[in-house]
Amino acid sequence: MEQQTESAILGMWLFLAQEIMFFGGLFAAYLVYRFKYPEAWAAGSEELNITLGAFNTVVLLVSSLTMAMSVHAAQTGKQKRLISFLFLTLALGLTFLVVKYFEYKAKWEHHLVPGSNFVIHSKMFPDVDQAHSQLFFVLYFFMTGMHALHMVIGAGLLIWLIVLAYKNYFTPQRFMKVELVGFYWHFVDIVWVFLFPLLYLVHRHV
Amino acid sequence: MSHYVVPPSVYVKAAIALAVLMALTIFAAFIDMGSMNPVVAMTISVAKAVVIVLFFMNVKYSSRLTWVFVGGGFFWLIILFGMLMPDYVSRDWQHQGQPWAVTQQQAPAHTPEAPAPQP
Repeated sequence: MEQQTESAILGMWLFLAQEIMFFGGLFAAYLVYRFKYPEAWAAGSEELNITLGAFNTVVLLVSSLTMAMSVHAAQTGKQKRLISFLFLTLALGLTFLVVKYFEYKAKWEHHLVPGSNFVIHSKMFPDVDQAHSQLFFVLYFFMTGMHALHMVIGAGLLIWLIVLAYKNYFTPQRFMKVELVGFYWHFVDIVWVFLFPLLYLVHRHV
Repeated sequence: MSHYVVPPSVYVKAAIALAVLMALTIFAAFIDMGSMNPVVAMTISVAKAVVIVLFFMNVKYSSRLTWVFVGGGFFWLIILFGMLMPDYVSRDWQHQGQPWAVTQQQAPAHTPEAPAPQP
């Protein structure tokens, strides 16, 4: 039993290790171009809504807490607590996605989606290079989009756990599924912990 | 006891620490620290990630073998950035001067002209 638990945890960490590699590559691309075009990065970051970004950071933080609480509820066999914490985590995850949708919608309306209609009017950097700013938004949409896709998958996994919990699947001896989905959920939170300052807080101090 | 059950108080303390660090990162972003701004922001983010990994993901209470797997996963990032950045930062030094001086607009123009080619 102990060996089973250990190998499940190690297997999950192996999966997360390759997730680190995946996001690591994106962060590397971000870093290289930020060094190359610092002005475009500052101008692009200026266009992002810092309030919504901070709100979503808090939402994810609280959802990580409720996820950890549902792991504890599963380990101690508290069925009702487990279901309510899973629902709470799911609701917070969906809140994040709804806020993200409104952020994307605003970018679309402001012509900040990369493509032939892209145009940036920066007050702080009026002469900022359009193509370089576009690159910032390519990375913005790809990185936050990949993160949002992980959130959608996480929401699906939570629904699966809720269904299992309703079937009384989890016992104090059998809770690994909750714990491992928890690992995944916390990992997605970690990605956002880096995305938030790197995208929203590039050049706020002037 | 095959599996350590982390008490909820640990999770709550971790969440409070994360909230404080998050407020700190926004506060720090509005202070002009020049080229130190991104360094401070990333330091805070790494601290947040460590809190999440150790407490939310229970690694603090896990076996040594788990530590090796977790460490290996993150060590890859050190290899990636540690080998990538020295290359990009040191490119074109002869032609463009120092990249960190160019990024600051108020920096005095002390970049020397490229020497004229010798006939």
